[in-house]
Amino acid sequence: MAAARTETPAARTLELDVPDWPAHRPGQHVDVRLTAEDGYTAQRSYSVASTPGTGRLELTVQRIDDGEVSPYLVDVAQPGDAFEVRGPVGGYFVWDDADPAPVLLVAGGSGIVPLMSMIRARSAAGLRVPFRLVYSTRSPDITIYADELRRRQRDDRGLDLAYAYTRGVPPGWRRPPGRLDGALLREAGWPADLGPACFVCGPTGFVEAAANLLVDQDHPADRIKTERFGPSGGGAA
Amino acid sequence: MTVVTRGFKGRGTRDAQLPPGQYLTPDFPVLSAGPTPRIDPTGWEFFIATGSGERRTWSWSQLRALPTETVMVDIHCVTKWSKLGTTWDGVSLDTLLADVEPAGDFALVHSYGGYTTNLPVADLTGGRAWVAFRYAGAELDPEHGGPARLLVPHLYFWKSAKWVRGVELLRQDQPGFWESVGYHNYGDPWREQRYWGD
Repeated sequence: MAAARTETPAARTLELDVPDWPAHRPGQHVDVRLTAEDGYTAQRSYSVASTPGTGRLELTVQRIDDGEVSPYLVDVAQPGDAFEVRGPVGGYFVWDDADPAPVLLVAGGSGIVPLMSMIRARSAAGLRVPFRLVYSTRSPDITIYADELRRRQRDDRGLDLAYAYTRGVPPGWRRPPGRLDGALLREAGWPADLGPACFVCGPTGFVEAAANLLVDQDHPADRIKTERFGPSGGGAA
Repeated sequence: MTVVTRGFKGRGTRDAQLPPGQYLTPDFPVLSAGPTPRIDPTGWEFFIATGSGERRTWSWSQLRALPTETVMVDIHCVTKWSKLGTTWDGVSLDTLLADVEPAGDFALVHSYGGYTTNLPVADLTGGRAWVAFRYAGAELDPEHGGPARLLVPHLYFWKSAKWVRGVELLRQDQPGFWESVGYHNYGDPWREQRYWGD
C-alpha cells in the first residue's frame, strides 16, 4: 500500500503498488486477502477505481460497520502495509472502449466505484463516447468522488451527470430528496432506441429497482449489466 | 508466499465447516449479471434435451406433481460468502433423469433470461442436485431464482442456475456464462476453484 486518500467519512481510496500488475478493464474487481498472524485469512472482492494501465492500482473501499475486511482497509491499513491482491477478475461487467454505443451508468452509493473506472478510462483515452451517469447517493457530504465529478462535469466533454439525493439535498436543489425513479431515469438517461450499454451497480435493492425501471423503459435485458452487493432487501428468501 | 497483514487480527470464525477463503453470512446476498427476468408461470416449462434428439418437458404442474425432497445444505458463493444449513424443497435431478439415457457426460444448464452454466452429468446425479422451488419453507423469491432454480450445493453457487429452464446433455463440454469469462470450469469450493487456473 503506497498511499491512501479519504473520500468520505466512510470511504477511503487505497493506492497500491502491485508488482507486474496486468492492465485491468474498467469495471473489473480484485480479490483482497488479509492474513492475521495466526494464519487466519479473510478475502473480499473490491472494484477497481483507477484508470487501466496507468499508475497505481486504486481501490475505493466503503466501511461496513460490522464487516471484517472493510474496517481494516478504511481505518487501520497504513502506507507501507502489505496484503495480497488477486486479479483482475470478472470479464462481463466491463465497458468495451471500442463500443461506440452511448453508455448509461447508474450508481447507488459505493456502486459508483467500477463506474468511475469507466469514466476515467474514457477520459484517459480521449474518447467522446457519450456517457451519462445517474448517481443515487444519500447526501452531498457522503458522496464518493463528488469533487472529481464536479470537475469532470465541467471538463469531460460528453459526460452528463445527474444526482438522486435520497436523504439530504444541496442548498437550492430543485428535486426533493427521494429515490431514483422512472421520471429521473428517463430524463437523465438515454432512450432505449439509442441502444445504450447500461451498467448498474449498487446495493441489491437499488440494483433490482433500477434494472427493473430500465426494463420498463424498454431497454433490452441483455444491454443491462448489473453488479449487486450486500444482502437482499426482502428478507431471507 | 504468505504475507502477514500488519494490524489485521480477523474476527471471522475459524470454522472447519467453511471451505477455504469463505466467510459466514446470515444474509442471503443476490448476485446476477442482469435484471431479474419476468417469468410467466403459465408458460413455464422445464426441459431435458438428451443430446440424441429427444427432448422431455415438464409443465409447472407436472413438475410439482413429482416426488419432492426437502434438503438442508450449505451453500458457498464464489464471492466468498457461505450460508450453512439452508433448507430447500425441490425435485431431485435423479427423478428427472431417471428414464433418460444421456448422450454424453456433460450438461449445459439453461435459464430464462439466457444464463447458462456447465457441469458434468455425474454432478447432477446421486442425490446431489435438485430443481428447487421453495427456500426456507416459502416459494422461491424471483431475485433468488424463482419460480425454480437449480440447486447443486457441492459446487460454487453460480452453478445453481437461477430461473432454470432446462438441461442440455452434451458429448462435449461447453463452458457456460461465467465459465466463459474467467470463472473456473468446475468450481469445487473445497479446492477453491474460483477462477481459470485454480
